Amino acid sequence: MKRFSVLAVLVVALAGAVLAQGSLLINGAGATFPYPIYSKWFDQFHKSTGAQINYQSVGSGAGIKQVTEGTVDFGASDGPMNDDQLKAYRAKNGSGILHFPTVLGAAVPTYNVPGVSTQLNFTPETLAGIFLGRISKWNDPAIANANKGVNLPANDIVVIHRSDGSGTTYIWTDYLSKVSGDWKDKVGKGTSVNWPVGLGGKGNEGVTGLIKQTPNSIGYVELIYAAQNKITFGTVKNSAGTFVNADLASVSEAAAGASKTMPADFRVSITNAPGKNAYPISSFTWLLIPEKFKDAAKRDTMKNFVKWAITDGQGDAEALSYAKLPKEVVDMELKALSKVQ
Amino acid sequence: MNARLRWRKLVSAFMLTMTGVCAFVAVLVLFFILGYLVFHGGRSINWDFFTKLPTPVGEPGGGMANAIIGSAKLLLLASLFGVPVGFFGAIYLAEFSGSKTAFVVRYAADLLNGVPSIVIGIFAYAMVVLPFKHFSAYAGGFALGIMMIPITLRSTEEFLLGVPNTLREAAMALGASKWKTIATVIVPAAYRGILTAVLLAFARVAGETAPLLFTAFGNRYWSPGFNQPIESLPHMVYIYAISPYEDWQRQAWAAGLVLLGLILIVNIVARFILARGVSVQRS
Amino acid sequence: MATSSINVPSASPVEDSRSFLSRLRNGDEIARLVTFIFAASIVLLTVLLVYVLWIASSLPRQKFGLAFFVTRLWDPIAEQFGALTFIYGTVVTSAVALSIAVPLGIGAAIFLAELAPQKVSDPLQFFIDLLAAVPSVIYGVLGVFIVIPLMRIWIAPTLKATLGFLPLFQGPAYGVGFLTAGIVLAIMVIPYIISVSREVLLSVPRDQREAALALGSTRWESTWKVVVPFARTGIMGSIFLALARALGETMAVTMVIGNTPSISSSLFAPGYSIAAVIANEFTEATGDMYLQALIQLGLVLFLLTFILNGLARLLMLLTASRGSGTGRA
Repeated sequence: MKRFSVLAVLVVALAGAVLAQGSLLINGAGATFPYPIYSKWFDQFHKSTGAQINYQSVGSGAGIKQVTEGTVDFGASDGPMNDDQLKAYRAKNGSGILHFPTVLGAAVPTYNVPGVSTQLNFTPETLAGIFLGRISKWNDPAIANANKGVNLPANDIVVIHRSDGSGTTYIWTDYLSKVSGDWKDKVGKGTSVNWPVGLGGKGNEGVTGLIKQTPNSIGYVELIYAAQNKITFGTVKNSAGTFVNADLASVSEAAAGASKTMPADFRVSITNAPGKNAYPISSFTWLLIPEKFKDAAKRDTMKNFVKWAITDGQGDAEALSYAKLPKEVVDMELKALSKVQ
Repeated sequence: MNARLRWRKLVSAFMLTMTGVCAFVAVLVLFFILGYLVFHGGRSINWDFFTKLPTPVGEPGGGMANAIIGSAKLLLLASLFGVPVGFFGAIYLAEFSGSKTAFVVRYAADLLNGVPSIVIGIFAYAMVVLPFKHFSAYAGGFALGIMMIPITLRSTEEFLLGVPNTLREAAMALGASKWKTIATVIVPAAYRGILTAVLLAFARVAGETAPLLFTAFGNRYWSPGFNQPIESLPHMVYIYAISPYEDWQRQAWAAGLVLLGLILIVNIVARFILARGVSVQRS
Repeated sequence: MATSSINVPSASPVEDSRSFLSRLRNGDEIARLVTFIFAASIVLLTVLLVYVLWIASSLPRQKFGLAFFVTRLWDPIAEQFGALTFIYGTVVTSAVALSIAVPLGIGAAIFLAELAPQKVSDPLQFFIDLLAAVPSVIYGVLGVFIVIPLMRIWIAPTLKATLGFLPLFQGPAYGVGFLTAGIVLAIMVIPYIISVSREVLLSVPRDQREAALALGSTRWESTWKVVVPFARTGIMGSIFLALARALGETMAVTMVIGNTPSISSSLFAPGYSIAAVIANEFTEATGDMYLQALIQLGLVLFLLTFILNGLARLLMLLTASRGSGTGRA
């Protein structure tokens, strides 16, 4: 009995040592917003180059934190790091961190209202009112006015938001802060805010799950999560006055203006963008890549990955409802990659 | 028989039946859990589950091979750390120590046992992840190992103390030194109980998720060696179960079934070993 | 007795005057030293744990002091942190759990100890011990797929219809919330109450029961009015043990409580517990104050479970020393 267990331990230790000779493993963490396309990309990249990029979809907040701590090799976020966070990164690591946009996505208002299977129209004021807790019933005049002819029940609205630090939350609250002075004063924008009302779900996945399960609920998720899980999402009235449905065209239009005025560090907000059919709650999502890599192999692999993702990889984006990056942005990024050392 | 007595007897019969109901409800819950997992998980268990890696989001298929191996590696590390500490510490308590030291050590172990597993995760993050700047199987194994120590310690000590002094006296009479007595007489005499203790500690930490959240972190691929983030079955159950993808949810049931099956089997084996030992001693 | 009563004397009669190194040649001394190191490491580990937690949570202590415990606001952006909502959630879910688990658990323990013949009682206890071995994440999954829909469709409407006049059962029921978390926790802690209470009840001396029966009490009366009170301290101990377990439970709670820091008089409302907020926000806490506030919460939880476990042990010791049989300390 004793001899057997000693033997077993040796065998496993040997196996562990042997497996340690495996191929390169790069660790990343962050946004759940782009997780469907990232997981596809990493899988394809692995098949073609053998490099293993382990990405854990734990939320933008965790991505920023862990890449700052250095416990992961890169991060990902849909809310760009603010100046304080950039300073903190530099203080902890001695060099800076770069943002690289990868795709364009949209945060859509998804809902589960019994008896309503059509697409509802939401105005900015309505959305702010719902998430502030001021509009509490589905048949409220504010909602009914934009949706004439739809039979809205007199049920209480169940608001669902993120319980974790989220770039999707950043996009959503950034938009609400722009369109509602009340929201800006009372709640503000960030990856984690003090929500006036609602339940918390973990990740885009958790929010989607909660909406599916909870009647009379409304929440915000990235477009593909609503599409893949077949839950209805609404249109949003943009600054030009059109009720726009989030799709490739409307998201691309939102980014069109920004690409001409893209700052060198790529940190830009395109919510409430001008444009007749621009979807107002669109956003870039970024990979957070350190300026300096200690390991040359990891650095080269990451650079190759980013290069591939913003060029060839873009072909996968549209199938998953993410809009491609504008060409000008891609050119800027290819040049900026040389900064990674 | 007067009316009051009849009433009291009625109350008695009723209340006693209710207690029976309570007991059966408790047991029924266990069988319900098992049945539910078998029903939902059984359908999703196939060869792929045990041999394939996870597929990208939304793509069906794939499995949890890396999580199964990952759990095995984490538990191996945890045992290598926790079991010797608990075992040798118990030997010290049972054979060498004075009562004051024994009290302090036991108290510390009880304290450790009562620490919520998430707090142990924080400790492991501070001690292993931050200094080495990455998540790893080592960190996860460290956290789980800490949780194994108190169970191993207390049970081993109990069984060592349970060995009758006649055995010790006999060994002494034959001229054996103390450590020889311990190694060749006392420990073998208590081995059933000690094995049970180790198995129960093992089963206890096999299902833990919270301490792994910020130590082992998770890994979609194989984890080479022990110095990289690593996946585990309980963690996969957690992620997949709260996701909205039906394919993932089915895999979560399957993983839950495998995990629970493993833990229950270890528990049952442990108790049978103990029971056989007791009945052997009695006869 | 802490150690075995046999102490093997060392060979030399002038043992104490030998130097440490030469004593070390004696195999027994090596064994003593080695095992002492392992035992001491346990104590060291525990001290280290408390120390690390303490110094890693100094910032919020400096800034907020004791106000941390009574402040409701938890705002990472404004860096204002208060533990009240999490303490509330932890306490409420545990209270709900106990109010379900204690009657059920003691009832089951009475059945197993007093009524069931050993051939039935032992296997049943075996199964109940297995229930304690089920991992918490599985309870969480079952909570998500079974208890939440059940709550929304059946339990909440029924409670509202019958007890809706109480503020506890008013307000919208989403499925997640304090009550759901309490129910899941109750299932998790019942085995602890049953197994410890059963043991304590079994160790009540027979003459107590027989005396009661001889005086003309019914079976139930002798159990409830004589045996159970006799085992009272041990049963209390089991309740404290169950409570400590419920307070620290993480995974099952975070999957069903709603993850919303709020205080509400309704049990149907979503909430948050200390363990759940740590699990959700720890890896993303940017900024030292945020992270340390979470660690401070962990310390609070540790303190609560520490006190409860201590009380439980004390009660068990009292039970044992009262001579009510072979109580295990």
